[in-house]
Formats: sequence, structure tokens, C-alpha cells
Amino acid sequence: MTKCHKLVCTALVAAAALALALATAACGGGEKPTEVVLLTHDSFALSDGVKQAFERESGLTWRILQAGDAGEVVTKALLTAGNPEGDVLFGVDNNLLARALEGDLFVPYESPGLASVDETWVLDPEHRVTPIDHGEVCLNYDKAWFAERGLAPPASLDDLTKPEYRKLLVVENPATSTPGLAFLLATVARYGEGGWQDYWRRLRANGVLVVDGWEEAYTVRFSGAAGSKGNRPIVVSYASSPPAEVIFRTPRPEEAPTGVVESSCFRQIEFAGILRGARNEEGARKLIDFLLSRRFQEDIPLQMFVFPVNREAKLPPEFERFAVVPPDPLTLAPEEIEANRERWVDEWTRIVVR
Amino acid sequence: MDADRRPLSPRAATVLAYGLPLAFLAVFFASPLGTIVARGLAGDGAGPALAVLADPLTREVVWFTVWQAVASTALTLVVALPAAAVVGRYDFPGRSVVRAAVVVPFVLPTVVVALAFLAVLPERLERGWLPILIAHAFFNVAVVVRVVGTFWAGLDRRVSEAAATLGAGPGRRFREVTLPLLAPALAAAAAIVFLFSFTSFGVVLILGGPRYATIEAEIYNQAVRLFDLRAAAVLSLVQLGFVAAAVAATMRLEARLAVAGILRAERDVLRRPRTAGEMALVAGSVGGLAIFLGAPLAVLVERSLAVGGGHGLAAYRALTHPTSALLAAPWEAVANSLVYAVAATALALAVGGLAAFAVASPGGSRLLDGLLMLPLGASAVMLGFGIVISFDRPPFDFRAAPWIVPVAQALVAIPFVVRIVAPALRAIDQRQREAAALLGAPPGRVRREVDLPVVSRALAVAAGFAFAISLGEFGATVFLARPDRPTLPVAIFRFLGRPGELNAAQAYALAVILMAVTALSVFAVDRIRVRRGGWV
Repeated sequence: MTKCHKLVCTALVAAAALALALATAACGGGEKPTEVVLLTHDSFALSDGVKQAFERESGLTWRILQAGDAGEVVTKALLTAGNPEGDVLFGVDNNLLARALEGDLFVPYESPGLASVDETWVLDPEHRVTPIDHGEVCLNYDKAWFAERGLAPPASLDDLTKPEYRKLLVVENPATSTPGLAFLLATVARYGEGGWQDYWRRLRANGVLVVDGWEEAYTVRFSGAAGSKGNRPIVVSYASSPPAEVIFRTPRPEEAPTGVVESSCFRQIEFAGILRGARNEEGARKLIDFLLSRRFQEDIPLQMFVFPVNREAKLPPEFERFAVVPPDPLTLAPEEIEANRERWVDEWTRIVVR
Repeated sequence: MDADRRPLSPRAATVLAYGLPLAFLAVFFASPLGTIVARGLAGDGAGPALAVLADPLTREVVWFTVWQAVASTALTLVVALPAAAVVGRYDFPGRSVVRAAVVVPFVLPTVVVALAFLAVLPERLERGWLPILIAHAFFNVAVVVRVVGTFWAGLDRRVSEAAATLGAGPGRRFREVTLPLLAPALAAAAAIVFLFSFTSFGVVLILGGPRYATIEAEIYNQAVRLFDLRAAAVLSLVQLGFVAAAVAATMRLEARLAVAGILRAERDVLRRPRTAGEMALVAGSVGGLAIFLGAPLAVLVERSLAVGGGHGLAAYRALTHPTSALLAAPWEAVANSLVYAVAATALALAVGGLAAFAVASPGGSRLLDGLLMLPLGASAVMLGFGIVISFDRPPFDFRAAPWIVPVAQALVAIPFVVRIVAPALRAIDQRQREAAALLGAPPGRVRREVDLPVVSRALAVAAGFAFAISLGEFGATVFLARPDRPTLPVAIFRFLGRPGELNAAQAYALAVILMAVTALSVFAVDRIRVRRGGWV
């Protein structure tokens, strides 16, 4: 057989394969959209009843697409800017906010629900993104470990560099982990552009353990997680981790087995925005309103283990009792984070790892 | 059969065998990857791209990636060959269980295995390059035991026996008779292990600690954490270049090594171990492998039962209840995984089987063979992003289509099918086909009645692998699967990312279920093979 023949037929087969793919692909026409699509990260969760409530009230089908962690979702959204996979993106946090806004991902929308939200949470005056929840990254410690040894748990970032806390801390690599990055940012916020490097040198000298991600740090290295054989009683985790240790343990303990070092907390706010080029912009507005409503906001703590921004939303009793909302967490402006993140992580790597 | 009424002319068959795999590869691999790389390299000339290459960090990462992949491959061969020999030579009780059980580590999510390793390894061995190599051997034992063991079981014992009659001792018989005959299968298995280790990601980050990174990990870092698409694109090309070189080397090696006319039916070859020495060999190889693979797996089982300070089935019972970790009940992940696996296996067998016939036929192109290997070594994260930006306009908006999941999984499984089936096809004595043709059989019938029976064994091994790959695939699936249809690895990952005892226990419980589903389905596929291919 000749080469040319082969090529022609190959093209034919390719065309046939495409046609087949076409036939199986469901495609909507130009009629009024009946669904609204939420693009979000792996940690998004909600109760069945809450989803149905939105669908009942709006008459729309609510479809949810999860695409990896927050970094992956924002990357995907930047790659598809203008022709998005969904109508609303939820899960941009203050670390990623400046990158998302620079990429021109969102169209402005000022939801009436913002009336119940404190100004503290609104970082974009143009309302291209709307705050939905906040969850602080904090040092957690194993209460029993410290009680057994008669040692006081650390009360500040400074304490961690003292000899009595030698080899007690495990942190995540800020290059690969979101809480790890937040903790690095906490030290930058606390010690300033000229001082954080020295703090990490002292942490290193005091035997800090760096691991790849939260899963290993918390479930394997941290002594306070249920079932863990770890020997590090201090870990970088979340302000909401203590209630999780109560809720998912049987039988439920009377007191949270872990505590939070309040002065170590770094603020994380999660935002939602209407994606530019959304197929159903009207539905997207309804969805943003719903995400701020009490119905959704009160579902947030036990589903996603973060805190609602709506001041009228009531916290579940487990959160009232066991969670700590640090009154004055460390913060950095999103533009400052965006401008320096890469350099800080590089410097950190040189100081702590190499 | 009447020549005018035969279903497919040989010419049409050849075109189909080349065209379908090429079209599949072009649409679902080359085009998305090309699109994303082109987007990354657009503008600014070659300067910035060359700067990425000149960065000493890049060189360090490339060097580490290459040497750890070579070392991992060597270690895997050393660990797995005794078991491959035993499975390939002897018929012993539990042989089919061994063949199915080795696949279990192969499908487990890397995070789960890495965490299990941290629990088993002595503290001094926890971090660094050595645990990385050990973990790679753990994952890939299945590739060597099944690919090499199956091929070995088809080698005619009489060749070796003739050498013995002529006075060759066991060592010399192995070196000069068995090893050369096994070489094509060894090369195929080593190539696959090399590619998997080369693109390894999660294991390296967790067990290596923050000092070590592979090219794949650095691509992810650049693309997702730093959004430096240019650096990610350059590194993807570097990775693809190394993969292409490795594949080309394997092709040459296999071409030199292939020996025709040696494959026999398994039941003529296998025999019971007779002497005490043979029994000790079987027991030692199988026992050693059982400890190596079993220790980390036992940790997973123990963790799945550890709840409330004691042990119990609470985590398994909780799998039927709704959870905040998933948008579906956890047990549904089992059904989703099985459905996707059946679809991906069918697709991989169809496309890969055709490709194997094309490349193994006399004068067949090895280029197709090599091209089909490339997805194994391509960056999963870049391919995922490529799919997202390539298929984004109706009517080609496939981004959330459920069938894109088995398609992506098949992309990874197809090279296995080709790798396993093609050497078997090449080993068929051409004289057998000529004899059949001489007796009046048209080409289609020769294929059906000479080739197919001989390769049914290889096809079944390939099917088992494709099924296992689909069950275990994570990198692309997590990207493409819809949240209301999670697969088992995706569900495991979601549970593992949440604090609280029950969440961790449910992650491990799902891992144990994944282990069981894998072992049972591979065992079942092996049974089909024994019954249908047994008469060969």
C-alpha cells in the first residue's frame, strides 16, 4: 500500500472518531439556561437539604464542579478566562486573590447580602469577589502531651525558638502546601520583611520538622491527632481543627484534645466571584446571594470547618464550645503577598531546607 | 471462505490498525499537550525558555529524576525477578492468588502508600532517596511479576532441557538460554517501571522530604503554585524528550532481542516443584515478596479498623452515610470506579490491541509503538490543563463530559496493552502463519486462528493491567471526574484531607476496599484467561 493511501484513510478514521465523540457529547442550545455551575475546590461541601433549598427557590439546577485544590482551581480559571467552565468560582483565598484579579477573572456584583457582612472581610472595593467564609491557619498543640510533662504549651511564635520546645514543631513546606504558606506569611507579618529570615534560622536550629503536606504533618507527625503515632506535639493546622477532633471521635470527649496558639493565627478569607463570560450570569447572582444567606452560612462550619462571614449566622454548639475565633489574627495585603510570594518561598527554601 | 465476502480486506484492516490508535493519540494526547505547551511558550522569543534550561536548579532536578528512575528500575527488577521466575516456572497452590495480589500495591494512591511507609520504615530510613526507591519497587513489582512471569511461563522448557542434556549447569542454562529468551519481556517491563518512576510525584515529595523533586513535581510547582506556564512548558518538553529517548532505546533493544517461534501454552510449561530445593525456592520467593508487600498493606488494614481507642468496623459502617468529605455517599465510589474501569479497559484493549497488531505485523512500524508509549511519560498536570483549554467550545466542550474520564485512563493503559501484546505477537513463528495461508486461510482467518489464540494470554494480562490502571488512576481522574461521581482514589484523597479520627479511618477503609476490589477483579480476569486460553 502506498503512503498517501494510508494518510488519507488515517484522516478518514480520525474524522469518524471525532464525529463519534461529537455525537456522544451533550450540547445545549441557545435557550434560557436552566442550570448554574459552581466551580470550586476539593474542600467544598454542603448538606443535601441546603442544595435542594437553593434549587427550589431559584428554579435552577445547581451543578458543582470540583477541580483540585484552590491553587489548581484558580490556575484552571486563569487558563480559561473569558470562556469559563462554570458561572461562579468559589474558593479564591486572600493568598490567591491578587493573582485572580490581575487575571481579570470576575465581573463585579454587589450582593444585597453584604449588608450582614462586616467590612473587615471585604477586600475588593469593586466587589468583583464576595467574601463567603474565613478560617484561620494556627499552630495546634496536643494538650495531653504538655500536661503529662508539666510543660506549658507555647503562647507565642517566639516560644517556639526556646530550648524547652526543641524538636516539638512540625510545619508544612510553603512551596507545596497552603497551610504551610499561610504559616510562612504569619511569620512575615509578625517579624517583618527584615526579621522573618532570622526567626526561621532559629526555628531550624531548634529542630523544626518540615514535611510536604498537611496530611502527613497532621495525621502522621502530630501527636494530638486521633490514632496518630507521631511525636511532635505542635503542628500548623486550622483554628477549626479542635472541634473536628471532638466531632469525629467516638465516644465524643468532654473537652477538645487539642488547643490553638491564638497569637500564631494567620487570616484566610475565601471569596466567590461571577466568572467573566458566564453562561448564566443572572443565575450566578442568585447563587452569590444564596452563598451569603443564613441557610448556607450556618451550614458552613460543620461541612467545611471554616467560619461564616454573615454576622447573623449562628454557630453550631460544637463550634461555640470547642472552636477558637482568634480576635486579632496576623494579616498581609493580597497585593503584597502576590508581589513577594515567590521570593519569600525561595528564600525560605534556602534558609530552612538547603 | 469466499474472498469477496470476507468482512475486512487486509488493506482496510491495516489502515484501521494504524489509523484508530493514531487518531486517538492525536485528539486526546498530542493536541491538548501541544496546545498548552504552545500557550506557555508564546511570545518573548527563545531567551526566557533557554534561561529555564540554564537554571542550575533545573539541572539538579533533571539529574535526580534520571538517576532515581534508573535506580528504582534496577531495584524493582531485583526484588521482583525471583517471584517472576517462580510464577513463570512452577505450578504451585496459590499461584493465581500471588499473580492477582501483586497488583494491589500498583493501584493504591501514592499518598496512602507513602503514609503507610512512614509507619513501617525505621525512623532512620524515613526520609531521603532510599525510601523513594523502596516505594517505587513496592508499586511496580506487579509490572515485572506479571509481564516477565507470563512471558516466562510461555517459554518452551525443552530448549533449556536440551541444554541440560548437552551438559550445561543451571547457572549457564539461565545465562545462555533463559535470559536471552526472556530479554524482550524484561525490556518491556523495565521500560514501564522506568517511565512510572521517572514521572513519580507524590511519593517523591512525601518520602523524599523538601530537598528532592522530580521534573514532574517541578512542572506542577511552576504551573500551579507559581503560574509560570513558560517554565512548566519548557520542563514538560524536557521530560518528554527524556521519555522519548528512553522509549526509542527500548524499541531498539526489543527489536534486537525478539526471538520468534518460542511461545508455548502455559500448561505444557509449568510443573509442580519437585525437589526440596525447588520447594524452598518457591516458598522463599513468595514469602519474601509477601513480607515486602504485606507490611505496608497491613498498616492500611489496621488503620481502617482503629477507631475510638480500640478496633472495630465503625469506619466501614459509616461509608453508607452521607459525609462532608464527598458530594456522594462513599460506597458509590466503588460502583463509579468499576464502571469507569470497564469502559477504560474496553477502550484500551480495542485501541491498544489494534496498535499491537499493527506494530507486530511483519514490516510493522515501531514508530506507532513508541508514540503510544509517550502518554506514560507526559506530565499529567499539563495534559489535564491542555484538555481543559482544548475542548472548551461547544460542540467540542468535553470538559465535564463523564466519558472523558475513561478516555484519560485509557491513554495510560494503552501502552501497557501494546507492550504486553506486541512481544507475544512477535514471538509467533511466522512459518505457522505461512502454513495456514498455504492451506487456504485468508489473512483475517490467519489472524483469528493463529494469532488470537496465542495472544489471548497476553491480551488477558493486558486487560487485567488496564483494569487496575483505571481503578488506581488519580492524577487525571481527580482533574476530570465530576464531584457527584468520585472514584475510589478520589474519595480516599478527599477523606485524607480532613481532620478527625473518623475521616482518616474512612480513608483507610476505602483503601482496603480498593485493595479487595483490585485483587478480586484481577483474579477474575485471570480465570477467564485460564479457561479461554487454556487450550492454546
